[in-house]
Amino acid sequence: MSSYREIIAKNVAPMIHDGDFVNLGVGIPSLVSNYIPKEKVVILHGENGSAGLAGRLPLEGIFDDADTFLRWEREHSGEQSDYRTGHKDLTDAGSDPAILMPGACNFDICMSFTMSRGGHLNMTVLGAMQVDQEGNLANWMIPGSLVTGMGGAMDIISGTKKVVVATKMQAKDGSPKLLTRCTLPFTALGRVTTVVTEKCITEIKDGRFVVISMYPGVTREELQRCSGAELLFADSVDTMLP
Amino acid sequence: MCMNKVIDIQKAVAMVHDGDSIMFGGFEHIGSPRNLIHALSKTGVKDLHVIADDIGCVMRGFSQTLDSLLKNGQIASAKCCFLGMNPDASRLYLDGKLDVEFIPMGTLAERIRAGGCGIGGFYTKTGIGTLVEEGKETKIINGEKYMLELPIHAEVAFVKAYRADKMGNAIFKYTANNLNTVMATAADLVILEVEEVVEVGEIEPDRVQLPGVFIDYVVEAKEAVL
Repeated sequence: MSSYREIIAKNVAPMIHDGDFVNLGVGIPSLVSNYIPKEKVVILHGENGSAGLAGRLPLEGIFDDADTFLRWEREHSGEQSDYRTGHKDLTDAGSDPAILMPGACNFDICMSFTMSRGGHLNMTVLGAMQVDQEGNLANWMIPGSLVTGMGGAMDIISGTKKVVVATKMQAKDGSPKLLTRCTLPFTALGRVTTVVTEKCITEIKDGRFVVISMYPGVTREELQRCSGAELLFADSVDTMLP
Repeated sequence: MCMNKVIDIQKAVAMVHDGDSIMFGGFEHIGSPRNLIHALSKTGVKDLHVIADDIGCVMRGFSQTLDSLLKNGQIASAKCCFLGMNPDASRLYLDGKLDVEFIPMGTLAERIRAGGCGIGGFYTKTGIGTLVEEGKETKIINGEKYMLELPIHAEVAFVKAYRADKMGNAIFKYTANNLNTVMATAADLVILEVEEVVEVGEIEPDRVQLPGVFIDYVVEAKEAVL
C-alpha cells in the first residue's frame, strides 16, 4: 500500500515528457523524480543554481550537530570530491547535499531565475496550503502563525506555463485544500493548471475544477465531501496509478 | 594599483559600522561567508540592515551563520525571501520584533542586479495579485500586468567564493555562486571570503566567474566554521 505522498508523486511523474526542463519544489514534489522512468531524460532545475540534479545524498545524520557536519564538509571540499559523489558546495533547493547527472551545469541565481521567470521551464510542481478553482495558489504564509517566505515560488509560477500542484486533498485538521477561493495570502493568481492529490487529478478549466482521474475505489461523493469547491467530472474519468 | 587585496579578517569586519546596510551572499549555509559572519558576530556592531536570501538555519543542530547576528541583536531589519529554516526569525517577525521585507527570490536577485549595473528598476509579473504588489506602480505591457521593482544597493557586501587570486578574481564550486556574484556588484565596499588565495595569474582569465574589479578586499579562511 503506497503512502499518500507516494501516490501523489507517482501520478505526477507521467505528466513529465522526455527532454523536459522541470522544477520540483520541496516536499512531495521532490519525490516525483523517483518515478520518472530511466529511459526519459529529464533536466531537473534547482533554483539555487543547477540544471541536471540527479538526486539527494542519503546523509540524514550529517545534520545532527555542527561538528559532524563540519567533518563531512571537510571530507567533501575543494578538489577531493565532485558532483557524482557529493560536495559541500552542491545542494538542491532544499539545502540538502545533492548529486548531478553528467551533462548538468551550475550557475548563479540571476541565471537560474532567467530560466524560471523567462519561460524556459516546461513545467513546475509545487505544494500548496490552498488552491482554488480560479487557479490561485496560497503556500507561503498563514497570517499571525506561520511565515516561511515565498522563496522562489512566485517567480517560478509566474514564468512557467504548466503549473502542477501536488498536495493532499485535505489539511491535517481535515479542512479542504481545494477551495472556491483561497483564504490565505496568494502566492500567484490564476497560474495553476493541474492539481494532483491522493484521491484525484483535476484540471482547472474556465474557473472550475474538472476531475480527470480518480484513485481506485474512491467515489465521486467522497471526493466532493473532501473538496471545498464543487467538482466537475470529465466525460471520461481515468483511474490513477495505485 | 593594488595587486594584493588580501587582508586580515579582523581588519575586514572592523570596516562595518552601526546602521550599515549589508549584503550577505549564500543560500542557507552554502556559499555563505561564514568566517566573516562569525567574526562580525564577535564585534559590537549593531543596527545592521541585512540583505540576504535567508537569515540562517536553526533546524539542523547548528545555529551559526546569519542567525548568530540575529541572536546577538545585531540585525535591525532584513530584506530576504525565505525563513523556512529559521522559525526563530519567523517568530520575531510575527511578534513585530524584527522588520522583514519578504522579496521573491528572482526579484531579489534582479533588484540587486539593477543596483549593481545602474538600472533604475524593472517591471515584473512576479508577485502580481499578492502582498508583494501592495503599494507598487503597475503597468500593462503587451496585455499583461507588471509591477515596478526598484534597485537595491548596499554599503557593504560580504561574499564568498572557492578560490581567488590576490586581485580578487574568483571562481566557485557547483551551487555556491548563488547570490555572491551579483551582490559583489551592488555595494560600496565588497569583501570576499575564499577558501584559497592564489597568486595573480594562476587562474586562467576565461575561468574567472567573479571579476576582481568588483572586489575591494579578500579574506582567506581555509577552515569552515558553523
